Amino acid sequence: MIRSSVDLPVSTNKTQEAAQAVSISTVKAGQEVVLVRVDGGGLGHRLAEMGLVPGSVLRIMAKGRPGPIIVALGTSRMVLGRGMVHRIWVRPR
Amino acid sequence: MSKHHLTVALAGNPNCGKSSLFNCLTGLRQHTGNYPGVTVERKEGTCRHGRTSIRLVDLPGTYSLSAYSDDELVARRFILQQHPDVIVNVVDSSNLQRGLYLCTQLLDCGIPMVVALNMADVAEATGCHVDVEHLSRLLGLALVWTTASKGKGISELLDAIVEAARPGRQTVLNHCHVDYGREVEGGIERLADMITKVGHNHLPSRWQGIKLLENDAVTRQEIVGLAGEASAPLLAEADRLREEIEASSGQSAEVVLAGKRHEFVGHLCEQSVRRGPQPSRSLSDRIDTVVTHRYLGLPLFAVMMFLVFQLTFLLGDPVVRVLDGWKGQLAQAVWSVGGTGEGSRLLKSLLADGVIEGVGAVLQFVPLIALMFLAISILEDSGYMARAAFVLDHLMHHVGLHGKSFIPLLIGFGCTVPAVMATRMLESRRDRLTTMMVLPLMSCGARLPVYLLILGAFFANHVVFKLFGLVPVTTQGLLLLLIYAIGIILAVLLTRLLRATVFRGAVSSFVMEMPPYRLPAPRDLAIHTASRTWMYVRKAGTVILAMSILLWALKTWPQASAQQTASFQAQRAALLADAGMSGQARTEAVAQLDMRQHRAQLESSCIGRIGRAVAPVMAPCGFDWKVSASFLGAVAAKEVFVSQMGVIYAVGDHEGQEMRLQAKLAADYTPLQGFCIMLFCLICAPCMGTVVVTMNESASWKWALLQWGGLTAVAWLVTTGVYQGISRLWPLLWAAT
Repeated sequence: MIRSSVDLPVSTNKTQEAAQAVSISTVKAGQEVVLVRVDGGGLGHRLAEMGLVPGSVLRIMAKGRPGPIIVALGTSRMVLGRGMVHRIWVRPR
Repeated sequence: MSKHHLTVALAGNPNCGKSSLFNCLTGLRQHTGNYPGVTVERKEGTCRHGRTSIRLVDLPGTYSLSAYSDDELVARRFILQQHPDVIVNVVDSSNLQRGLYLCTQLLDCGIPMVVALNMADVAEATGCHVDVEHLSRLLGLALVWTTASKGKGISELLDAIVEAARPGRQTVLNHCHVDYGREVEGGIERLADMITKVGHNHLPSRWQGIKLLENDAVTRQEIVGLAGEASAPLLAEADRLREEIEASSGQSAEVVLAGKRHEFVGHLCEQSVRRGPQPSRSLSDRIDTVVTHRYLGLPLFAVMMFLVFQLTFLLGDPVVRVLDGWKGQLAQAVWSVGGTGEGSRLLKSLLADGVIEGVGAVLQFVPLIALMFLAISILEDSGYMARAAFVLDHLMHHVGLHGKSFIPLLIGFGCTVPAVMATRMLESRRDRLTTMMVLPLMSCGARLPVYLLILGAFFANHVVFKLFGLVPVTTQGLLLLLIYAIGIILAVLLTRLLRATVFRGAVSSFVMEMPPYRLPAPRDLAIHTASRTWMYVRKAGTVILAMSILLWALKTWPQASAQQTASFQAQRAALLADAGMSGQARTEAVAQLDMRQHRAQLESSCIGRIGRAVAPVMAPCGFDWKVSASFLGAVAAKEVFVSQMGVIYAVGDHEGQEMRLQAKLAADYTPLQGFCIMLFCLICAPCMGTVVVTMNESASWKWALLQWGGLTAVAWLVTTGVYQGISRLWPLLWAAT
């Protein structure tokens, strides 16, 4: 028991986060969320380079069902196409 | 001693006002082209500052130097391989954080750099104060305020560029680097060491080390190219270090590095930027609540596009008509020049029927195309395009494309050529090619004359019902609508087919920054419109000239036999000598004779022969050799079908020709055959202009060939299906009722 908690602190942490995380497509417009992770290496990198790194705070400005979504990150506004919204995981702030 | 010739690259995010700054620096001394091998537009220009002449290269707008899209690859290759003397990093100063992210990557390239803090006016208006001196000290770079849209700060920027390029200055430049943290920095150092040991190329080893940790495919290839077999342990070490980082952070290494860069930029901004209180909803946001509204968004988009079309055609059409008139007059003037020998007749025919008709048919659409480009520039520069992509994304997903693809498809209803050019706005090559392949199915303006000829010939114009009790809806109107609808439906089906075969893969998605709404600068609009239009004129013009001459030659040779010619001349002489005929009757008879001679000539020409040869192939579609030969002529441009039919049916090129041609068509063919002509015309062989522009834009003749051949095959299949199906089913149905 003790061994596993020492050996796998990261993955425990990850599981907890993953349990809380919801797909950004389920978040209502007007809410603020924190980015948890992005599935798909290429997409994760791409979004990270535009400032969407895990831990950044996003506000949902407008959305279709399930997407696309307009998010506010600081002063900039970004459109996330419908095809990627199921791969973006967030938790409420 | 400073250098007198400098190469300067402009790098920056999309929408940071980079093009505007480029236009400001170079004015009209710029030219556009494509980067070799990829479909990215390359813009270059020159300017002078004091005794220094500067060659400016406007790199595509990018957020980073990874190698995900063609744009990024081009920017990166240019910087790392062409080694410009100075990089000007253009940064939107009202969005400093994002702009400086690219800056941190450019710093690692080891090239002298100047930062242009652009849109200074916007930053000021939004209460954003940047301590330039402090930021400049932190970055070890010169920073210059510019407002390109108003031409401010340009000479200071040029001073800074020349200063940065001074030899010796580079060595004292205290380049700062992002501190990626102990673990990552250790890895970078280790990899950089190994790289310098296996060999040396022109790339900074720190940069290569970072890229290896990010698992960058291009850098891995470069390392293999550099070190051959010796690269194996190096790459294995990079993989090991990367896995270490991923294990300790729980994120992929490239995301960790990106996060560190953002952190670094965040610290820079914290220390040097003071912001006034920010409204939680800016004016732009308030406009967007309407423009991107779930229910209002689409209707608003429709109104916007209707306005674009209406204005383009309302303003452009009269000019096109005038140009068409000039084209006719010019051809007449050529014919009226003296010289009656066989040689001069041929020369005049080449000029009038080949060059003026063929090239003129393309050039007369220039006003329409310029207006269309102007409208697109306004939509782009104002920031509306990003909103349109948002509004249409949902709809387009069902087709297999995404929001941005809709814009070129829409332009396709006007003219396919600018529409193919507009596919540039799509980042994924797969999306671009798919869109290009189906674009010709959006029925363009040039196909309208063919539809009108056929509808008038075969379908009486009954009023079927009245829309809202006011607008009469006629059979012809409904059939026209049907043809347009068939085009759209086929485009949807073909897109799905392409996405399931050639361009397989999940529907690509897009992430796009939505810039705040801006008033487009008139200078930018003018330069964008002019340079795009000029490209159309130049590229389409040269190839179309060649093709027009070829087509003319096919129509002219082989000449009708000497016997036939002599017989026509004898008949003409007999007519002229006939004293019993009235003047008018004689003129008409001579005109008839001329057209019969034309027809005989066409039958003996290559086009006529090919028409006869392909007639058996076209028979299942319900076409005879005359229709087939006309479609061959229409390879140049769809509307040529009408004039080809005119020549074949020996109808003079004068008043009322359409009426008589329609009567003759109605006597020769059934309405079903007429409908099949429209159908075939809609789908088959895109015009020469489209082929040429597809070739240029896809950077390969293969795609142009696939588009041409594929659509022609589809046209044959669909038309045959309709013709055979209806001609067999109809009698059965008739008998049953």
